[in-house]
Amino acid sequence: MVHIKRLQEDGADVLAIVGEIDASSSIDLDLAIAKSLSEGYTKILVDCSSLEYISSAGLGVFMSYIEEFREKNFRMVIFGMKEKVANTFNILGLDELLTIVPTKTEAKKKLSEV
Amino acid sequence: MKYKYNIGCSLDNLLGARDFIRQSLKKHVASEVTLNEIVLAIDEMCSNLMIHSHHCDPDHLLELTIKAEPKGNIVFEIMDDVTVFDINAFQEPTLDNLITVKRKGGLGIRLVKSIMDSIEYLNRNGKNVCRLTKRVD
Repeated sequence: MVHIKRLQEDGADVLAIVGEIDASSSIDLDLAIAKSLSEGYTKILVDCSSLEYISSAGLGVFMSYIEEFREKNFRMVIFGMKEKVANTFNILGLDELLTIVPTKTEAKKKLSEV
Repeated sequence: MKYKYNIGCSLDNLLGARDFIRQSLKKHVASEVTLNEIVLAIDEMCSNLMIHSHHCDPDHLLELTIKAEPKGNIVFEIMDDVTVFDINAFQEPTLDNLITVKRKGGLGIRLVKSIMDSIEYLNRNGKNVCRLTKRVD
């Protein structure tokens, strides 16, 4: 089960993921990012501090947006991951492809970088 | 110690399967990161079978057994009665390819192969068994 909370800070859309993302619930993450983009946000912060688990289906959602964000010069920064969740990204080397930082402060700083 | 759990092939049942694995292994795996890796690998195997072999039919069952051996090996068996999809024979796409063609498949198999020490397939009493072994120090 996953719940995704949204709030807006400094022009960025903040998606806070609570719970577990698997093959069943990854659609919720996909829809949340798509909704954010459809509302015109070009800067997205993903708060993973309450994310307890992510499987390949969830990783695939993040990966599926990499190209679009590059092409449109949009920004997505992921922050606050627990060690066990960060390890899942690291196994596949996704920490090299996605922008992942430890804290929200660092995430906001990344968003402001040109 | 041996633990057994039957999973109906609906993706909604993955959460229950993960909870079962966590509960079964909490005495055998000290590291939270390692435990999460193990849960992830079995979750990936089960969701693959549910989607590709059982078309998410909740009336189809996967029988999961977990055996924690004294010498530190944990052996998982997932048994069903449909055609085997051998992930050892599957050539997973590169990460670059996954990004450019926006495919969302193939990552799970890469994870399972990275996490588990061995993945074998066998036949027992007419049923297909996928046996995965993880060495835990």
